[in-house]
Parts: sequence; structure tokens; C-alpha cells
Amino acid sequence: MADMVGFDLATPTSLIASEEAGMVVVPGSEGDFGVLPGHSPILTTVRPGVIEIHNDGAVTGRFFVSSGFAEANQEGCTVLVDEAVPVADIDRSAAEERVNAARTALQGADEGQRAAAETELANAEAMLAATQSQPTH
Amino acid sequence: MPSLKDLRMRIDSVKSTQKITSAMKMVAAAKLRRAQEQAEAARPYAERMERMLGSLAGSMASSEGAPKLLAGTGKQDVHLVVVMTSDKGLCGAFNSSIVRDARRMIAGLQADGKEVKILCVGRKGWSQIRRDYAPLIVDLIEGIGRPRLSFDDAQGVASRVLQMFEAGEFDVCTLVYNRFKSVIAQIVTRQQVIPFAVDAPVEGAQADASSVVYDYEPDETEILEVLLPRNMSVQVFRALLENNASEHGARMGAMDNATRNAGEMIDSLTLNYNRTRQAFITKELIEIISGAEAV
Repeated sequence: MADMVGFDLATPTSLIASEEAGMVVVPGSEGDFGVLPGHSPILTTVRPGVIEIHNDGAVTGRFFVSSGFAEANQEGCTVLVDEAVPVADIDRSAAEERVNAARTALQGADEGQRAAAETELANAEAMLAATQSQPTH
Repeated sequence: MPSLKDLRMRIDSVKSTQKITSAMKMVAAAKLRRAQEQAEAARPYAERMERMLGSLAGSMASSEGAPKLLAGTGKQDVHLVVVMTSDKGLCGAFNSSIVRDARRMIAGLQADGKEVKILCVGRKGWSQIRRDYAPLIVDLIEGIGRPRLSFDDAQGVASRVLQMFEAGEFDVCTLVYNRFKSVIAQIVTRQQVIPFAVDAPVEGAQADASSVVYDYEPDETEILEVLLPRNMSVQVFRALLENNASEHGARMGAMDNATRNAGEMIDSLTLNYNRTRQAFITKELIEIISGAEAV
């Protein structure tokens, strides 16, 4: 359909969402970008953050995503990430706990584990931030 | 000639074995269903990643600075063979068929004068390969897929392989595992993952897709540097999933056979038992009659 954009969100273990939307806002590593129908082909990395699905000027879906990749082209928008959860399903206290656990892990991490621990902390913080943030409009 | 009591005990023991094998068959069937669902769920990600990589690699293949994971080290001297088997036995020819193929492959590579290193995933393959190629085995990774096969398991294996690759320990990496075709057919598959073999685009058919010019953010090389290790994990994950489904399929088949064999055995033992019992009765009757006649 011309005025809708196909949106797929997949993690290695499952397909989280596959739907049609008016616009999808993806947190690219070089800045957020919105995908409207007929977007020019782009391939980018994704930073931990929130994907927003817009329909008729309102936000109809929000997903927390960790880092991964996004591809947009004429057919639609595909996002591949390690982790994806609808923001509404995130448990606030569990997210806080995860941030704390990640901080502790980072302190005790040696050289080899540092990178992984940093990623985990970034993910946890983004997840917590996702619960606090409000839809843009 | 076994006594009646011996036969009875024998029948009981076969019966209890049959109960165990049929229970194992049910468990394998349930696990197989779960493994298949899991493989099904993982497919979208793998497919899309392959597509992304395809379009990216297509535009990179011509340029100079392609990462080693894609272009290779320029040599083919040292091969790493990742042999994926199960930790548990009792699953028919599942493990031995993988090992057989791996052996054949190793022998072939050695005949060509290549150096071979082996990474075993799963206990069973390790214990078989150890007999012939113990000095070549780099490591054994076990305990995968317990309680449930997760992406982290795959990442563990993948990062191990990538570490070795970065340390320059090998040039080519191949996975050997069983691809799940159906419950009765599992196909041993060799899949080369490093350097990653991107399917050559079919002329004409793919021309439309590859003619689309993508914008890359950040640039191609940087995306590839993240995408390729990721793809490695995905390929390993897929192989593990296939292997997992195959294992349960093979076990289901093996246990089904065992249950049927036990049934046949029980039938023949029961026949034997009844015959012996009747012979015994007849013998007693003859003794009584001849005793009565003698009086």
C-alpha cells in the first residue's frame, strides 16, 4: 500500500512484530530517523533505544531495542536487534536492578570482559530510560 | 533349557525396558516439537540478516578494504573444523554420521597437505574423534542447549571461533552438523562460515535488487565489521538449532525402533514361555498316568 510502510522487528530467537504503520522512528547510531513509505534505501546500525510506531499522527506502539541493524527500502523497514520488548511490558524495578547488576559487573570486569559489560550497561540504561520516557507526541 | 521362572523374569525385564524406551520416545517427540518451533522462530532474523549481508557484500566485494571475515586471509593453509554433536547418546546414528563425515573431511584435508584443527561442540563427537585425532582437538564445548538452546550458547561458540580467527590460528572455518530434513532423515552438512561465502547473485534475477543503491550509516566497512561477527553467531545458532532438532528426531526414531523390537522380543518370549509351560504340564500328566497304570 502506498501510504503505509511495512515494519518488521526481529530478534535472533523470534519475530517480535510484523505490521503496517504510517511511520516508524528508529534510533540509528547516527541519530534517530523516521521511515515513511518509499524511503530511500538505507542500511544502518541501531543504538539501544526506543522504536516508535506512528499511525495517523499518534504513537501506537513503542519497543525498547538493544543494539542491532536497520534496513529501510521501498518495501519497508526491517530492524534486527539482539533484544526487543514492548515498552509497556518492561518492569521498572527489574530494569533498575539490571542497571545495578551491569554497573557491578563493569567494575569487576577485566580487559576481556570490559566491552561486553559496557554494552550490557548501555542496554540496561537504555531500557530504564525507555520506561521513563514519554511518547514524543 | 531355561526354566519357567527364568523366562518370566526375562519377559518382565524386557517389558520394563520397553516402558523406558517408549517414554523416551514421547519425551523426544515433545522436545522435537519445541526445537522445531524454535527453529521456525529464528528463521526471520537469519533470512533478513542474510539479505542485508548479501546487499552489503555485493557492494563491498569489488573494493579493496573488505574485512577478513568476508574476504579471507588470502591463504587456505589451516582449517578449523567445528564438529557439532550432542552431549547425550541413545539417538541412533546421529552422532556417528556426523563424526564419520568429519573424519572423511579431515582425512581429505590432510591428504591435501593442509593443517587441521578441530573444535568439538558436544561430548559425543569429542569422545569419538579423540580416538584418532586427539592432538588436533583445540577444545571441547559442552553443555549446550541445557535447559534450552539460547542465542547466548551460539554466541559463546561464535566468539570462541572469532577469537581464534583474530589470533590468526586458522584461515578457513567449516561447521559440520546435521540438517533437519524430517524425523527420519537428517543430512550431514558442511558449511563454510569463514570466509563467509555469500551466495553469488544469480545473473538477471538479482540484478534489480542489487542495482538499488543503499545509503550506509556509518559507512560500509563499519557496518560490516559489526554485521559479520553477528552473522557468525547467527550461522552458529542456526546450525545448533538444526542439530538440536535432528538430535531429537533421531532419538525419536531410535526409541521407536527400540520399542518395537522390545515388543517383538516380548512376543517371542511369551510364546516360548507358554510352550515350556505346556510341555511341563504334559510331562506331569504323563508321569501321573504312567504311575496309575503301574499300580
